[in-house]
Amino acid sequence: MDFSLSPEHQMTQKMVRDFAQKEIGPVIKEYDRKQEPIPFALKRMGELGILGLCFPVRYGGQGMDYLSLGLACEELEAMDTSLRVAMSVHTGLCSINLFQWGTEEQKQKFLIPLAKGEKIGCGAFTEPGMGSDVAAMRTSAKRDGDFYILNGEKMWISLASKADLVMVTVKTNPSTRKPSDGLSTFIVDLNSPGVTRGDLHGKLGVRAGATGWINFQDVKVPVVNRIGEEGEGFKITMSGFDHGRYTVASGATGIIRASLEASVKYAKTRQTFGKPIAEYQLIQEKIARMSQDYEIARLLYYQVGWLKNLGKRCTRETSYSKKFATEASFGAANEAIQIHGAYGYSDEYDVERYLRNSKGAMIYEGSSEIQTLIQAGYALGERSDKPLRCELPTYDESYWQK
Amino acid sequence: MKTFVYIDHFKGEVQPASWEALGVAKSFGSASAVIFGSGLDALTKTAFEFGADEVLLADDSALTDYRAEAFASTLSALASSRTPDLILFPTTARTRELAAMTAIDLNTGVLVDVTALSLEGDKFIATRPIYEGKLLEKTVCSGKPVIATLRARAFPRPAQDASKSGGATKVETKINSLTTVEGYTVAEAVVNLGDAGVIVSGGRGVSNNPSLTPPAGLDEKQAELWRAQQGFKLVGELASVLGGAVGASRAAVDGGYIPYSHQVGQTGKVVTPDLYIACGISGAIQHLVGMRNAKLVVAINKDADAPIFKQARYGVVGDLFAIVPALTEAFKKKLGKQA
Amino acid sequence: MKIIACIKQVPDSEAKVKAENGQVSWGDAPLVINPFDEYAVEGALQQKEASGGTVTALCIGPESAKEALKHALAMGADDAVLVSDPALTSLDTVGAARLLAAAINKIGGADMVVFGRQTLDDGSGITAAQTARVLGWPMLGLAGQIKVADGSASSPQGIQVERVIEEGRQIVSAKLPAVISVVQSIGEPRYPSFMGIRKASKAVIPVWPLSDIGLSAPAPITSRLELVTPPSRNVTCEIITGESPAEIADKLADKILAEKVL
Repeated sequence: MDFSLSPEHQMTQKMVRDFAQKEIGPVIKEYDRKQEPIPFALKRMGELGILGLCFPVRYGGQGMDYLSLGLACEELEAMDTSLRVAMSVHTGLCSINLFQWGTEEQKQKFLIPLAKGEKIGCGAFTEPGMGSDVAAMRTSAKRDGDFYILNGEKMWISLASKADLVMVTVKTNPSTRKPSDGLSTFIVDLNSPGVTRGDLHGKLGVRAGATGWINFQDVKVPVVNRIGEEGEGFKITMSGFDHGRYTVASGATGIIRASLEASVKYAKTRQTFGKPIAEYQLIQEKIARMSQDYEIARLLYYQVGWLKNLGKRCTRETSYSKKFATEASFGAANEAIQIHGAYGYSDEYDVERYLRNSKGAMIYEGSSEIQTLIQAGYALGERSDKPLRCELPTYDESYWQK
Repeated sequence: MKTFVYIDHFKGEVQPASWEALGVAKSFGSASAVIFGSGLDALTKTAFEFGADEVLLADDSALTDYRAEAFASTLSALASSRTPDLILFPTTARTRELAAMTAIDLNTGVLVDVTALSLEGDKFIATRPIYEGKLLEKTVCSGKPVIATLRARAFPRPAQDASKSGGATKVETKINSLTTVEGYTVAEAVVNLGDAGVIVSGGRGVSNNPSLTPPAGLDEKQAELWRAQQGFKLVGELASVLGGAVGASRAAVDGGYIPYSHQVGQTGKVVTPDLYIACGISGAIQHLVGMRNAKLVVAINKDADAPIFKQARYGVVGDLFAIVPALTEAFKKKLGKQA
Repeated sequence: MKIIACIKQVPDSEAKVKAENGQVSWGDAPLVINPFDEYAVEGALQQKEASGGTVTALCIGPESAKEALKHALAMGADDAVLVSDPALTSLDTVGAARLLAAAINKIGGADMVVFGRQTLDDGSGITAAQTARVLGWPMLGLAGQIKVADGSASSPQGIQVERVIEEGRQIVSAKLPAVISVVQSIGEPRYPSFMGIRKASKAVIPVWPLSDIGLSAPAPITSRLELVTPPSRNVTCEIITGESPAEIADKLADKILAEKVL
């Protein structure tokens, strides 16, 4: 067993970290305060290949492995969650899922521009009245010759207003015995007639990220844009969540690290009663906890990256990783504020942003409660992974890099 | 001990640290001022006024513009024939090159940016900052002559005695230049940050005055530059009331707010003023290494956790657009200057 | 166009460098490519893009310095050479310049050798000029822009640079081959590309001992007698507060005047 990162992995970390520190660091507070996305962030991530990091070169990607994706997400979210969210929806929910389930024609047409960052993708599943309760899904698609006609509204969609393409799951058959068998997934051009979309404001966190809604009114989608078979939508969506949750988990690990680093720095310089607060055991306890959680979160997502590289299903391991890292990141940011005292409570320091940013990840892409149910299901033997018609391609260096 | 002091100048404007080097040379024995260029009689006189025992003048129109090869060859030839024990330079971009090449010609060593120099027996011991000033090394050079460039303001400037004068000794030139000076594109006002006793610096923050409305018709970048210029005007006013120079952080220079020659920091200038006032500068390590040896640092920034406060003796957490003009007014009053 | 970018490996700028028993210690801080040398690699790559050709990264240092060379490869350099020898225990700038010149001659056929303006460790900023002097090539220092002119792109004859000097911008020209040192105006160093990262991580970097470049270890002319950590200035920042900017300014001005620095 070898836990060490390869030189490639280390250089990837450093490159993404340098980008985040040099280009995002100086402006993030300003945009977070203004509640506006950083205008150049997505473009730069595309140009630098970060958005298409883990895809084969032939599909416009950079030919790196799935672990590199997690490492990049950790670095990005150590700066700001909005960057990692872009990876979750563009790369995780949309592009990787297309890579897994799409036909060769679909990959040629959609994956290449997505991987190159020329087009931005997002993923749409949740609705105003529905999250994990599939039976309540209202958005629908009806077949009409070579087209499907989409109607309905999706909500809490990251990059809704920025993306060019959406991977959207809708109901195509309302009368299946299991509601989940009646879903299908499409890739839809968001500039199609009948699509309207907008941003939601007043979020607690990720204020430099765009979250919004997408409304479909009689939107004509060619049949060739259907991902997988009719009725496979639920499975495809769950695959997408596996990929998205991995990015959320590795990203949250970045928040833990950022909280830890900020706390260590502050505790060593801030003095009370004539000595640095780092010398007080109550502060040390908090810092020790953060450093331990960072290590656990890191190892959990490394494991997921490793399993993905081997082409193994890892819904269970992803669930551990996502739930642990997101909850620990919330705890770490919370304690970081406590260590910073009143200063941490003000937005002059970064730690309050970490706390606001960390909370969402305990809710989206399968809340902590859903993760608990998944974990219990596996533990009790009520849940097991059945083979999928399309599995995530095993990482193969020689294939990837051509 | 016999010392050459290279008087560094640009079109007759002397780097004042050249005179500091002359003072150091005098403390070891005889000091010969070495002046290259053309039409520099006034400079010759000034060198005597600052205490030169003789002036070695290479007067040649081919030396009007500094060119490394010709200057180094001329200096090497001069040193070979007159065998000084020590050649001193003020530290500038030109002299680093010149000292470097001369050392190769004479097969000796160079000690750059020296902050203290002593003679122990027949050895010159130089102290110089390394690792961006995080360490000091005491170094000795076994070659002869010893070549050293001295950091500006590290040594006292000798008194100038206007009654002194003398005739220059003409020396031979050796023009073997491999480069041609085609001209100058931007003639910026000379910014002698290295010699300034007071520096007031602006950073990215100077472009962020929310209460200013830029003139209509500017795009976002132009509006930012316009704002930055208004901000640097405030910085400049404070500098001028204190008789100081205007500095800038890299962010401000990269933003196009102010020319590169004002930049303080790792990729700009290392400065050692008595007073350094940082306005809207967060204090990235690259900036701090350029100014942390200032005697007194004052920081004005709206971000309480800006690292600059860790270097500062006094700080104001607040809006520089309100504080800086108020400070200018306060100094005008206290220093008895009229508005 | 054959371009050589000379780089060095140094402790990261954030490192807490200390003197320990007369030696420099940087704790567990990482060793990185000298930040100024990233500009050298960037400048070299720009010239390669403009005129075609290759970029070779050259470094003197211990085995660990391969990491700095790998960074240059990841940025886009075509190949890399490390000059390394157990006999190289203490090297001054004159010695370094002689070794670099010998290595540049052994690589052979270079049109342009690019340096960063200085290193973070010694910081003398004189190695480029000394190397040029040893080679007998023109030295174009502190270039903010480089233009290759006079002649076809495949066999360029002349070079013109815009030097960023204290007094402004100076245009200087010379014949190739030439030695150039670059400043930040050359352009922000590019990030390593993922393609470059893969290439760099697999690269086998040749190591040339002194015998390969036909030199013995140069005896240092300058040598360190003593190394000290300057006394850390214990600054505690006193935050000046007040009801109005005028009141704050008044208090601050009094404090500054009391320090007698004006």
